[in-house]
Amino acid sequence: MHRTGELSGQFQTLEQQKESATLGMWLFLSTEILFFGGLFLTYTINRHTYADVFSYSSRTIKLSWGAINTVVLIGSSLTMAMSVWSAEVGKKKLVTFFLIATLVLGGVFLGIKGIEYHDKFVEHHVPGLGFDMYYCTKNPGACNLRPEDLQKERVELDELTKKMGGETAVNANSQLFFSLYFGMTGLHALHMIIGAGLLLWLIKQSMAGRFTTQYNTPVENVGLYWHFVDIVWIYLFPLLYLIDRH
Amino acid sequence: MSTTPPKPPGYQLPEEHYLNATYGIRSWLLTTDHKRIALLYLASVTFFFFIGGIFATMIRIHLLTPAGYLVTPETYNKLFTMHGVAMIFFFLIPSIPAVLGNFLIPLMIGAKDVAFPKLNLLSWYIYITGGCFVLYSFATGGLDTGWTFYTPLSSVYSNSAVTPAVIGIFINGFSSILTGLNFVVTIHTMRAPGMTWFRLPLFVWAQYSTSIIFILGTPVIAITLLLAGLERMFHLGFFNPALGGDPILFQHLFWFYSHPAVYIMILPAMGVISEIIPTFARKPIFGYTFIAASSIAIAVIGFFVWAHHMFLTGESTYAALAFSLLSYLVAIPSAVKVFNWTSTLYKGSISYDTPMLYALGFIGLFLIGGLTGLFLACLGLDIHIHDTYFVVAHFHYIMVGGAVMGYVGGLHFWWPKITGKLYPEFLARLAAVILFVGFNLTFFPQFILGYLGMPRRYHNYPPEFQVLNVMSTAGASILALGYLLPMIYLTWSMRYGKVAGRNPWPATGLEWTTASPPLTENFDVTPVVDWEPYDYKNRPDLGLQTPTAPTLAPAHGDD
Repeated sequence: MHRTGELSGQFQTLEQQKESATLGMWLFLSTEILFFGGLFLTYTINRHTYADVFSYSSRTIKLSWGAINTVVLIGSSLTMAMSVWSAEVGKKKLVTFFLIATLVLGGVFLGIKGIEYHDKFVEHHVPGLGFDMYYCTKNPGACNLRPEDLQKERVELDELTKKMGGETAVNANSQLFFSLYFGMTGLHALHMIIGAGLLLWLIKQSMAGRFTTQYNTPVENVGLYWHFVDIVWIYLFPLLYLIDRH
Repeated sequence: MSTTPPKPPGYQLPEEHYLNATYGIRSWLLTTDHKRIALLYLASVTFFFFIGGIFATMIRIHLLTPAGYLVTPETYNKLFTMHGVAMIFFFLIPSIPAVLGNFLIPLMIGAKDVAFPKLNLLSWYIYITGGCFVLYSFATGGLDTGWTFYTPLSSVYSNSAVTPAVIGIFINGFSSILTGLNFVVTIHTMRAPGMTWFRLPLFVWAQYSTSIIFILGTPVIAITLLLAGLERMFHLGFFNPALGGDPILFQHLFWFYSHPAVYIMILPAMGVISEIIPTFARKPIFGYTFIAASSIAIAVIGFFVWAHHMFLTGESTYAALAFSLLSYLVAIPSAVKVFNWTSTLYKGSISYDTPMLYALGFIGLFLIGGLTGLFLACLGLDIHIHDTYFVVAHFHYIMVGGAVMGYVGGLHFWWPKITGKLYPEFLARLAAVILFVGFNLTFFPQFILGYLGMPRRYHNYPPEFQVLNVMSTAGASILALGYLLPMIYLTWSMRYGKVAGRNPWPATGLEWTTASPPLTENFDVTPVVDWEPYDYKNRPDLGLQTPTAPTLAPAHGDD
């Protein structure tokens, strides 16, 4: 029987093994689409029902961090694609280099996400933990907001409260928005963390020189996964940050 | 019949096979052999069947008297909920795919194993982990939301152990997803030379369709239950109207998976029936392509019917009309299968062996279950019988009369392959008849009860319904006997049964060309397929060829 060190026993050939692994990854990504799909549907329906509250809540998230993160993540997709290419053409050192670069960019993304979560925590925008949309406007010193921003927020919030008929409604519905914000970005961040773990595993193997022009499916498949997580963010960014920034 | 059983020349078990290749508990718990993993699943789903069965028994005893006989109303709510959760998520959904599918798919397509053997073992561990969470929930306060976990009952009001149950089902979902993924890849890339798509056994087609539902449906229930669980733990409001959420959204998301889940249960059973019928009718299956395509059609259309569970939620009439129509459409591929099975029987050389009894029973019961499904898909009629025992009877005809009959029939059919031994035929036929009688006595009265207006999920009922309820409980006790018998004699046969030989029926699938029980690697050499499926005339390698073919008849454990 034809076997090499990289061929698992259940397969006959390396091509068959590669085809199986790639198909498996694509199928896995299709389950992921439906997994996130439930959240996207919940988002869509609530955004439609509570358009004003969602717009306001979205504006309280700092655009700059989200924009930087989008660039960082797209950059990490580029380095990931470069490492796949390096593996395919057999440049072993470049594979390791680009994998490490991807890992670093992923780390930067998660770090910025952490800062954003911390801001929201300070502003009492975390559902379930003393959630209060009026916290910053009522405790001007507590939040890290510029005076003119605070003033703008106060005006907008008053307007919204009148429109929705009371603070309870605003709080309930904006808590929905932030539940979705944390649910969606949290699930996305979890995928990033898993991706970082996969990258570490790849880097270890890559440093041992395991990836060759014949055998590089793991790099390719982790690449597919990484790009998928990236694409999810490409949808999350406008839905959560940009819905009312014109 | 003018046939005589072949007098097998004293079959011997192969010296080394998958069961005795290695010994010890480690060799089982760390195995990556699909056949051993199938047996791990067999033990675990049987365990959950037993748990669910105990709850069912208590429900039926309780309903012996109009006021309720056994438990408090609160406990009654827990009983039917835990019965549903154990049976649906931990028995019916994994039963045929994870037990028979795992064992048979690589054998049927001529592969050494599934594409991802380690992932296969991981799926079992995920299933066990999810199962532990659910058992923990059962043991610490139980579960009283109904298996449907409707919000806000499950997320706000229920005082039972909902959180661990939701976590358990969430975890268990990944077992389904990974199994489905493994099967689809295996069927795509691991087929032996010559095993083209249209030479695949119909069981494999059914598993393929089921796997598609696993892959596309299960993630949706996972995220839905995750949201409901988060809502319960952190008081979020996705599905809570008090916080602006929408409980109907939960129902949409829930049924988007849970209706296709019905096809997860019934499609593999249809696959089993498609294998058994030609074997014991000694004829090629009628309309192979149509049966294969109808499996795919059921899987696809099944994704577009979910809101027929919600006709009474005040959803748009136009949506309800569309969902009603789409639900009727599922009947077409289902009927295609029934017609093709009966056409296969026509002028066949039929023998009434145990698997065939289950297959024939399946056709009858599935017919009743399917047709009453059309009653429920009918907008006007559904308003009358919604949430009554009519619904309970309908889905038990599909799930017990269909899926479980298919599963037990399949276990008998492939038992000689799995264990290398024959079971006692007389007892097995007796058990099949007992099951059929017990099943109908249990569930047919429930159609009448429902039509007369007895609501489901109530712990008591008006006195005029007692006769039918007592009939149902009596039937349940017969049904229980029918399940215990196979458990006993199948276990007995593993040690004391007659040696089966490679192909006791004989049947034409690739799995019958290797030893019973098979080797760890399944085949000595990779098989090459150069025959059409279900060909009982031109298979000299199996001793099946005209004109001698009709002289071969099934071997029995007690001949």
